[in-house]
Amino acid sequence: MSSRPGEEPLVELNSVTKVYGSGQAAVHALRGIDLRVHEGEFVAVMGSSGSGKSTCINIIGCLDVPTAGTYRFRDVDVGTLDRDQRALLRRNFIGFIFQTYNLLARTTALENVELPLIYRGVPPKERHRLALQALESVGLSQWATHTPAELSGGQQQRVAIARAIVTEPLLLLADEPTGNLDSANSQEIMKLLTGFHRDQGLTIVMVTHEPDVAAYAQRTVHFHDGGIDSDTLNHDQVTV
Amino acid sequence: MFGNIIQLAFRELRRNVLRSALTILGIVIGVAAVIIMVTLGRGTTQQVTEEIASLGSNQLQVRPGERFRPGGVRTAAEQFELADAEAIEREIAGVRAVAPVASRTLLTVYGNANWRTSVIGSDNSFFVAREWDVESGREFTDSEVRSGKLVCVIGATVRDNLFGNQNPLAASIRLGKLSCEVIGVLAEKGQSTFGMDQDDVVIVPIRGFQRRIAGNLDVNTIYITAQSSDLIDKIKQDVEALMRQRRHVSANEEDNFYVRDIREITERVTSTTETLTALLGAVAAVSLLVGGIGIMNIMLVSVTERTREIGIRLAIGALESDVLRQFLVEAVVLACVGGIVGIALGLSGSALVSPMLNIPFVFDPAITMIAFAFSAAVGVIFGYFPARKAARLNPIDALRHE
Ligand SMILES: Nc1ncnc2c1ncn2[C@@H]1O[C@H](COP(=O)(O)OP(=O)(O)O)[C@@H](O)[C@H]1O
Ligand SMILES: [Mg+2]
Repeated sequence: MSSRPGEEPLVELNSVTKVYGSGQAAVHALRGIDLRVHEGEFVAVMGSSGSGKSTCINIIGCLDVPTAGTYRFRDVDVGTLDRDQRALLRRNFIGFIFQTYNLLARTTALENVELPLIYRGVPPKERHRLALQALESVGLSQWATHTPAELSGGQQQRVAIARAIVTEPLLLLADEPTGNLDSANSQEIMKLLTGFHRDQGLTIVMVTHEPDVAAYAQRTVHFHDGGIDSDTLNHDQVTV
Repeated sequence: MFGNIIQLAFRELRRNVLRSALTILGIVIGVAAVIIMVTLGRGTTQQVTEEIASLGSNQLQVRPGERFRPGGVRTAAEQFELADAEAIEREIAGVRAVAPVASRTLLTVYGNANWRTSVIGSDNSFFVAREWDVESGREFTDSEVRSGKLVCVIGATVRDNLFGNQNPLAASIRLGKLSCEVIGVLAEKGQSTFGMDQDDVVIVPIRGFQRRIAGNLDVNTIYITAQSSDLIDKIKQDVEALMRQRRHVSANEEDNFYVRDIREITERVTSTTETLTALLGAVAAVSLLVGGIGIMNIMLVSVTERTREIGIRLAIGALESDVLRQFLVEAVVLACVGGIVGIALGLSGSALVSPMLNIPFVFDPAITMIAFAFSAAVGVIFGYFPARKAARLNPIDALRHE
């Protein structure tokens, strides 16, 4: 277990429960979870389909709220925040990557990467410069004016990574980022994420099904049926 | 920041040019309809005004009004008499002609034909005052006017109905129970601006009219023609003073008669056509409303279609108000573009149609501004509901949306 006494965790879940629906139709997606993630960690979340991984990562990302239990992000009790305050937390501290990339259609790569900066009120020139820089860091500066439809899956996911890191977030949440990619592209993506983790100290929580993807992380948390099965440090971590 | 939002909205709308174009069509048609209706209405008003003014800006009409009895009871004031008309002619400077008029509707008969028409008693000044020529035959002689012998000048409509193609001159027609020789036929005037047939008339000398038709010495109206239109206001004042004196109106009483010039009559007609214009404009505004509902419809479709996009924006850190503003601005930009196109179309349309209807093209900047403001308001009002729907989406559900 990776608890470091004396240092406040970035993410702290205490007996977090999530129930969808009610009565007979109630689905217990999370059944009282305790989880801590410290700044600078790279955590892989594994487990069978339906075990509550996405639910958990959505709660960590302040996209959703627990039914019971508390979630503290940087010592802020997220349960006490309203919708807009949670949106501000996401805007300022959290980046997301999704399995299906979730880029805006008919919108160029550059415009997609600029999007979070628009909401941060970054002036256009600066926005443009930062977005180009982010695209360059994922090796796509030549593709800036292309729309998602003109990019391969791997390229789209790299644009999504650029969009997630352009605001220099504290925490990067990735829900099966390589789920739709072949192994060559998966490795590309993992090399990028590992690089951001190593060079910028980016904290990453990543859901994955694939052991060889999880192998890039320092620590692996196993979910089973809405609970945490095991939480182990990764001794043979892949380095790049 | 604001210019930025508008720019982003334009970018969004350009992504679906065809749909955006179809959406604004409703607004375009609505705004164009309002502009065309109001512009044509204004043109008509101006045309009518000019037409009335051309009837003679040097004309005055004097008519009896109301009298206030003690206790506040109103009754019709007494009529004028010939002496009043003579006094005006004698005592008031700048007058070219004064025509006393009395009238009655009577059945006229010639042979087997009969025709109900308006019989007017007056004198030769009537032809001057109404700027009306006797086309064939002659006007009244002095002795006919003085003696009150019944002879008549008839209008073209009466001639057509009684005589057909026959020559009416020197024929004897019957006015009610009296017989009367036709001495002249008036030039055809056609319909008045108010839609009345002006040629449906028979003129006889006023003394004969009073004695043998009316059976009293009343004069219903006095027509005054000034020597020039500049004198109208002065003559009006003088006539008012003279009539107060002659009709024994004391200083603390209101006039019991009216002296009207063409301007006042014009104002009344103008207010009627303006009411009509407002009505047409209102009907056209309904189509603008329909255009607004079109925008709401498309924006709702757009919100559903772009649910995933909204989810992405919310996940990335957009506030409810950011999403609300985005969709609202898109709706307003749509409506305003529609408004501008509609204004251009409406103005060029009315510039094209006005000459065909023989009315002047009157550009009204106020209506143009109002139409634009109205379309922007339509955007806000009908864009708000879809925008709020978008802003309140749950980010997770929105992201999962297919
Ligand atoms: N919005 C929802 N409404 C109802 N049930 C849900 C919802 N989201 C997730 N679930 C259920 O919660 C459980 C956990 O889902 P999820 O966290 O997505 O699992 P995983 O990501 O591990 O596959 C599943 O049984 C799923 O069907
Ligand atoms: Mg999942």
